[in-house]
Amino acid sequence: MDKVLSNKKIIALYVLPSLLLILGVVYIPIILTGYYGLNKWNGISAMSYIGFENYLALAKDSAFWSSAWHSLLLALFSTLSLVIYLAVAMVLATRIKGANLFRKIYLIPMLLSSVAIAQLWLKIYHPTNGIVNSFLQSIGIANPPAWLADTSLVLPALFIPILWQYAGFYILIYYAALKNIPASLEEAAKIDGANALQIAWKIKLPLAMEVIKVTIVLAVVGSLKYFDLIYVMTDGGPNGASEVMASYMYRVAFRAYDFGYGSAIGFFLLVICLIITWVIRKLTATKDTIQYS
Amino acid sequence: MISGTAGQLQSGPASSGAALGRKIGYGLLYIILILVAVLQLLPLVWLLFFSLKNNQEVFNLPPFSLPMDPKWANYSKVWNAGNINVYFLNSVWVTVLATALTVILGSLVTYAVTRMKWKGSSFVLGLFMVAMMIPVHSTLIPLFSVYNKIGLTDHPLSLIFSYVAFNMPITIMILLGFYYALPREVEEAAVIDGCSVNRMFAQIVFPMTSSVLATTAIINMIYNWNEFIFVNTFISSDIYKTLTVGVQNFIGQYTTDWGAIGATLMISILPILITFLFLSDKIVEGIAAGSVKG
Repeated sequence: MDKVLSNKKIIALYVLPSLLLILGVVYIPIILTGYYGLNKWNGISAMSYIGFENYLALAKDSAFWSSAWHSLLLALFSTLSLVIYLAVAMVLATRIKGANLFRKIYLIPMLLSSVAIAQLWLKIYHPTNGIVNSFLQSIGIANPPAWLADTSLVLPALFIPILWQYAGFYILIYYAALKNIPASLEEAAKIDGANALQIAWKIKLPLAMEVIKVTIVLAVVGSLKYFDLIYVMTDGGPNGASEVMASYMYRVAFRAYDFGYGSAIGFFLLVICLIITWVIRKLTATKDTIQYS
Repeated sequence: MISGTAGQLQSGPASSGAALGRKIGYGLLYIILILVAVLQLLPLVWLLFFSLKNNQEVFNLPPFSLPMDPKWANYSKVWNAGNINVYFLNSVWVTVLATALTVILGSLVTYAVTRMKWKGSSFVLGLFMVAMMIPVHSTLIPLFSVYNKIGLTDHPLSLIFSYVAFNMPITIMILLGFYYALPREVEEAAVIDGCSVNRMFAQIVFPMTSSVLATTAIINMIYNWNEFIFVNTFISSDIYKTLTVGVQNFIGQYTTDWGAIGATLMISILPILITFLFLSDKIVEGIAAGSVKG
């Protein structure tokens, strides 16, 4: 058995195609991104090595830092919205009839392409004919704001569809985690006189903590690299008010043809994502895993 | 949070009062759940409605009024005008090909990692798992320049390579749990009977994983069907564009015809919605499996 299963040729045959693909499409490109970042390059003519100039420029680029700030706000907002998702999942997990149907309905937006969602929400926010402003006008607000054209409103206006898009995904994850908690624990607590709120807070929440940590990493890292919806809905505008790190990188590289500087931003994005993943995992690491029984 | 109400009311003295309290409590829970469901669906219902109206109806009738005579012509118009049918077919075959490749290659790797004995297997597995944390955008510029050099920009292969590589980690992760749980007895018996590894994988193990393969295939299909940034960056010819980017360009040209825009968006999301209607359990299971283990 062991001999058959350690045939080197067959192992190579099974692993190499995928390994070459992931090295070629993921790992070599991130090394190249770091390298391009050290060059002045417009993508066409020859590269010229300039050391850390791009990175120094990045440190002084206020447009970049404002995009980083917007990404950070999105990460904060996404993490806070996890509380809402968790609360809905708690309600859904209270042995209620039709829970299955509800979580399927919640998931639908998550299945649709960002472009379709973005185009739909562009219409929802349409200044005169969108449902938001039609509703506001019908309740007597004569001049509702032009949400996506207003520099102070555009970012919160973009956060709502993001909340909407991911609701079902996180509710589903939390629901699965809560369902894994044995009913016997809840019953024992009930016999001891705990009410539903105490059970949720003292029993369900701690037992779902591992999954909550994973979702925090997903939400923060997902927010830092967020791109599609914002690119389609506002393209970072008006006047950079909704620019995030990934959209800024895209603009610098593929619109301004500054591939060197764009790569520096891309590399920064990579490092930030890896560091934050690592930090969150460290901060939330538990020494002893929770036993259910 | 509201669930507290049910519990607290329940501890009242009269038992009939407790029953009533529980009923009110559950009623409140249902109201919350239904409210969330309505919020999740309302934008899509509105989309369906305006995809069947002309501009006059969109602007003059209340938003959620049904169109008097549904303008199905909006659908035939956008299907034939522009290149929606071309984009649609491109999406279909790129999605199918990339999904099939990912699932097959992912299965081979997972088999080699879980069943076969070799140095470096955990390192290779680690490479795939770490790749999950790497943002697509950090690879975009070099991928574009390398594809450009080898003549793959504006070529569907650039999409297929990228989709397979970036979906490989999550695919392997879902498969891993299943492979670890597969009993080894059948394979041992097969080896004793002189079965080769290739035959064992192709005729015994691979078929045994069909249920988890369906799950991973669905997850891959949804990702690939909806992918935007790679198509937007690598593909410039209309004949190779997929639906997401095609829809975006198409709408850019018809910004004022709401019925046409609605119909285009409906066409782009219908395949996913129909798949969901038939396979919702598998999809829910797949998304849960693909995320919780993270």
